Amino acid sequence: MVQLSHKGFDATFAALADPTRRGVLEALAGADASISDLAGRFDMTLTGIRKHVGILEEAGLVTTQKVGRIRTCRLGARALAEEAAWIEEYRRLWAARFDGLDDVIADLQEKEAADGPHD
Amino acid sequence: MAPMTDSPETTTERISDRELVVTRRLKGAARHVFAAWTRPELMQRWWVPPSFGMTFVSCEMDVRTGGTYRFTFAHPSFDEPMAFFGRYTEVVPDARIVWTNEEEGHGEQISTLTLKEEGGETLLTLHELYPSKEALDAALASGSTGAYPEQFVALDALLAEGAADPSRHSRPK
Repeated sequence: MVQLSHKGFDATFAALADPTRRGVLEALAGADASISDLAGRFDMTLTGIRKHVGILEEAGLVTTQKVGRIRTCRLGARALAEEAAWIEEYRRLWAARFDGLDDVIADLQEKEAADGPHD
Repeated sequence: MAPMTDSPETTTERISDRELVVTRRLKGAARHVFAAWTRPELMQRWWVPPSFGMTFVSCEMDVRTGGTYRFTFAHPSFDEPMAFFGRYTEVVPDARIVWTNEEEGHGEQISTLTLKEEGGETLLTLHELYPSKEALDAALASGSTGAYPEQFVALDALLAEGAADPSRHSRPK
């Protein structure tokens, strides 16, 4: 799962290095949007926003689909897969912390048993 | 999903647009869990699992309603220590701690720790409320791709090395 995250890491990192592109990703995480919606929201030209969306698309973070004259942008499969992976990684982080917490609590209990209750 | 060790299961769930919840059962009294979460010398023993390769540089905590905290961590891949800071907005000994995380810059994230003791065990619930759906979505969408390098690096190390080493014995003050 984490190995998957490394694929395209450089492209992803480059895609996320720009504040407008991070903003586009945040906006699309909320709802799908057209190129012109995004241009309006970020106060950019259609050409400017297309360029940013293109970079996100290359990184697999966004997909676009043109129906008639409207190109709709949405989060890419990669971004969605990463959400599930992130929640699992977040769980592992906490599971590892709690294993350490168990040891601290066991020590406190041992000490309390030896010394009598205090605090 | 069954845990790989015999540790009690840790669950994580996104319960709404803005909320994540973590739960874990701990074998011990709520007062001990509270102590481990509120005394710097204890906090530093477990907050960063040993296999993460990070070190706790400083741990300042003034755990009372209105008090503040500031943690800094170092890792070989960081140019400078990474700081996490915020305020405690509610502290109820042995039962509840509410604090803010203010380092992200798009509004306060609020964490609520609730401890419920049942027959010598403590059910721990950590509730994290993000300032907006967008903030949580952004964390999730970009979380494993660079925006949260500390977790990315740390979790890689963890997955490579397996479970955390047992902590060294040290005496609480």
